[in-house]
Amino acid sequence: MKNKLLTLMLGAAASLVLAGAASAGTLDDVRQHGFVQCGVSQGLMGFSVPDAQNNWTGMDVDFCRAIAAAVLGDGTKVKFTPLTAKERFTALQSGEIDVLSRNTTWTMSRDTSLGLKFAGIMYYDGQGFIVNKTKHPNVASVKDLGGATVCTQSGTTTELNIADYFKSHKMDYKLLTFEKNDEAIAAYQDGRCDSYSTDQSGLYAQRLKMQSPDDNVVLPEIISKEPLGPVVRQGDDAWFNIVKWVYFALVNAEELGITSKNVDEMKATSTDPEVKRLLGATSDDGTAAGFGIGMGIDESWAFDALKQVGNYGEIFDRNVGKDSPLKIARGKNELWMNGGLQYAPPVR
Amino acid sequence: MSMAYVRDRDAPLRAPPVGTAGALGWLRENLFSSLGNSLLTLLLAVAIGYIAWGVLDWAVLRAVWTGADRAACAINNAGACWPFVWEKFPQWIFGFYPISERWRPVTAFLIGAAALVPMLMPGLGAKKSNALFLLVVYPVIAFELLAGGLFGLPEVETTSWGGLTVTLVVAVTGIVFSLPLGILLALGRQSSLPIIRSASVAFIEIWRGVPLVTVLFMASVMLPLFLPNGVSLDKLMRAIVGLSLFASAYMAEAVRGGLQAVTKGQTEAGLALGLSRWQTTLKIVLPQALRISIPNIVGIFIGLFKDTTLVLVVSIYDFLGIINAGLQDAKWAAPQTANTGYFVAALVYFAFCFAMSRYALFTERRLEPAGRR
Amino acid sequence: MSLELTAGLQKRSFWNNGRVRGYALQALVLLILGGLVYDLIINTANNMANRHIVSGFDFLWRKAGFEVSFSLIPYSGEDNYARALMVGFFNTLLVSAVGIVVATVLGLVIGLMRLSRNWLASHIALGYIELVRNVPLLLQLFIWYRLVLTPLPQAKDAIAIGSVTLSNKGLTMPAPVFGDGAWMVLVGFFVAVGASVLLSRWGRRQQEVTGRKLPTGMLSVLLSVAFPLLFLAAVGWPVSFDYPVKGNFGFSGGMTLVPEFMALLLALSIYTAAFIAEAVRAGIMAVSKGQGEAAAALGLKPGLAMRLVVLPQALRVIIPPLTSQYLNLTKNSSLAVAIGYPDLVSTGGTVLGQTGQAIEVVLIWMVVYLSLSLLTSGFMNWFNARHRLVGR
Repeated sequence: MKNKLLTLMLGAAASLVLAGAASAGTLDDVRQHGFVQCGVSQGLMGFSVPDAQNNWTGMDVDFCRAIAAAVLGDGTKVKFTPLTAKERFTALQSGEIDVLSRNTTWTMSRDTSLGLKFAGIMYYDGQGFIVNKTKHPNVASVKDLGGATVCTQSGTTTELNIADYFKSHKMDYKLLTFEKNDEAIAAYQDGRCDSYSTDQSGLYAQRLKMQSPDDNVVLPEIISKEPLGPVVRQGDDAWFNIVKWVYFALVNAEELGITSKNVDEMKATSTDPEVKRLLGATSDDGTAAGFGIGMGIDESWAFDALKQVGNYGEIFDRNVGKDSPLKIARGKNELWMNGGLQYAPPVR
Repeated sequence: MSMAYVRDRDAPLRAPPVGTAGALGWLRENLFSSLGNSLLTLLLAVAIGYIAWGVLDWAVLRAVWTGADRAACAINNAGACWPFVWEKFPQWIFGFYPISERWRPVTAFLIGAAALVPMLMPGLGAKKSNALFLLVVYPVIAFELLAGGLFGLPEVETTSWGGLTVTLVVAVTGIVFSLPLGILLALGRQSSLPIIRSASVAFIEIWRGVPLVTVLFMASVMLPLFLPNGVSLDKLMRAIVGLSLFASAYMAEAVRGGLQAVTKGQTEAGLALGLSRWQTTLKIVLPQALRISIPNIVGIFIGLFKDTTLVLVVSIYDFLGIINAGLQDAKWAAPQTANTGYFVAALVYFAFCFAMSRYALFTERRLEPAGRR
Repeated sequence: MSLELTAGLQKRSFWNNGRVRGYALQALVLLILGGLVYDLIINTANNMANRHIVSGFDFLWRKAGFEVSFSLIPYSGEDNYARALMVGFFNTLLVSAVGIVVATVLGLVIGLMRLSRNWLASHIALGYIELVRNVPLLLQLFIWYRLVLTPLPQAKDAIAIGSVTLSNKGLTMPAPVFGDGAWMVLVGFFVAVGASVLLSRWGRRQQEVTGRKLPTGMLSVLLSVAFPLLFLAAVGWPVSFDYPVKGNFGFSGGMTLVPEFMALLLALSIYTAAFIAEAVRAGIMAVSKGQGEAAAALGLKPGLAMRLVVLPQALRVIIPPLTSQYLNLTKNSSLAVAIGYPDLVSTGGTVLGQTGQAIEVVLIWMVVYLSLSLLTSGFMNWFNARHRLVGR
């Protein structure tokens, strides 16, 4: 009996340890596993949300697909790990995920003291508030929220921003934080809180899920800068470059007019050297023209990503922009040449 | 002449004692034995009638039985919103498990049930091999069925698991891990070797002293820091490890109770027969102790089953978690949706736990004569 | 025969010596445990170094920057993390302490009902116990949170009785503000306690002499209310009330019991009462029937017999399971995190999320709950020991 028990315990211990393997570089790991392990939020419409079949959609999700397409040539080779706000950084630090693409705000303390690196800004956001106008007809601005109870999710930058904002405007408030967004929204809808606060994109997304979206208005003020972007581990520069340049490739493609529909044609016929360099099209003298090799991945990395996922504009419109239920205007997320902030270094 | 102190006539007849037989007698005896008692009965009857009527009225009479979305349930004065349950039920059972693969959890469940039923029936033999199957072979089969990867079964990640499937997986794995560990800890605590004893005591007391929520947070946030670089554990696995360690401490105390109930004479007799200490413990003391502790062990299983709901604080979608998440669905947003969801959850959990507690009671009664000896 | 035995003993090999094997086994266990702990520490240290995580408790003195919805001690976002954790700790204590009192009273009532000769009463108690024990506490908490929150009106339509108002922002009432000299209340209270002790001694002596029972209990209650008030009046009534003021979004000022607190309190005490009821029932059934019959034969009424004869004896059996139920209640209060009541785990979780100091925060949790456990069981052991002496 003792021996059987012992075998059982040892077996159990062994099966636990088997779950992981030693890591060299993230790129090698990804190649070896055959998929990109991507950390996303548990369900935020427009950014990452699973349907009943556990198929994920959203901007953060599409970015992970683009990485998979660039690295492995197949945008479906992604596994998504839904994470709470609290878990996300440890999950990345411990190697459970290869990239964190979970509407995460780039802040100095996160960038410098958590052993992480932000690879870019996928979405320029800011924190806002939503109120129910039937319950509070007199609220037209955040300045009218003095004395209000505000609900939000714990473990995020929101609670700190609210504290700063209300203090600097000498307003009184009560804060109710919940472990999960769903619970915070439920409390808001039950009238326990007068307002719910998160990134403005999140407000538009949550509003659509509410019982009567039209009764809920997003207040005009934005009280903070919330640059949201993908995060990788510090100390793996090769992987950091790949993630960073996949993002730049998406933005550059939009600038150069490359879309998922015309990418084949562009690769074959374009004479623009920058397009050729980006898509890894063969030069006239027969040599490859791209920079994929320098990153340790295929020359057609950007081509694969664009073909399978589309450029930045397409991703934006499909998930949060004009082709989505959210209908968020491009605003600051417009390309630099159209007056926005999305700007990528040249492919040269 | 008659003597004054001798009675010459019969005393007047007294009324017969109030009957205690028959329905009326039973009522009088048990409900209306005195004025105060009658008042109490009436009061309680009114209260219980009110509550029972309220539930019946809400769940059946005023309930909405058919409909396609919230419009059906958002009517005035509506009771339970059952169409919500009909639509969501498959998801509550399987979570995000791919529809084409759902026969796998069902099969795993059926195999488990088929092995468990003869195990629970006292009359049937082959307990030992059956227990071995349930504790060792079955978890492997069930895991393989659920996770896939071998024998041509497509792999299903644990992130797609959910609902009652996850609840049962967590509960069963927790039980399978915590029972042997608990027995070892209980033996360790009874050991005469000081280091082993104090290590066991420390382990048991630390786990029993902290709330499960902190254990789960620790498993989800801190465990990754404890593991060697590059080794990572599945999120569900981490929660199961936390829950199992937690339950094993309670299990150890249940088994210790059984060990203490086995009289010292048993050990002495075993030693006198020339058995070694280990043999005495394993072949004489432990079997008796485990038999005595069955009711308590089942009690801990019930606790563990109820505690699986806590995994929702680390956002694993167990049965309660997925019901809770479904309440946010705008398609079904109506005043009674949440109440209906919680009502169904309560019924399901009650059914499982009540069955287990009845079984514990049954074993307790069955073992009683042996205990009295 | 005896020769053979000694020969056998001498021949016994080194490894068959029980003591040697004991030491060897212990050494082995120590080695394994030590190795495990060493491995763990090394891993953690490596991981933290790799991830540039700075460990230590310095973060406790940094500014917290977040607000909490319910606090017993003055707190604002300007205070440090340590103070935020203190707020959580006191909130845990509050809900546990009130919960323990309510659960005990309710459990006692249900337990006695379960033993009642009234069939309906005992079966209602049985139904209550079975229902409550077999449904997960977290689910009950969700249900109570809904049941507390849904029927309550918006703050602007709050139900008001004087300046006490009830709305979905909670139960708001005037808060006493103590000025200079308010410490006289405490003095008054202690004087009242002292007087009560003397009074009850005197009362008992009187009862022994004259056989008449004096209403000392009532008098003590009166004293402990009257003395503090008298003392307060003597120093010129330095107490004022902070009345809640109605704003656009409910009330500011005064004190508010948030709905989360009420839901948590209800769920915890109703759940634990079911277990306490079972302990009470088992304890009373363990008292031999003859005790109750003897008390009845002495002419004690059933209520008095229960209070003076049966319950004191039952307490000895009840106390150990009662202790573990109290501990369970305290630990279960950490479920607060699910409904946003800022207890220790909830505020600790926020701190953890803000600072990333996972190990330190979990350590604080563990130390606090472990010491609460040890304190409670220590107190109950003392109470138990004392009771045992009186009982015999």
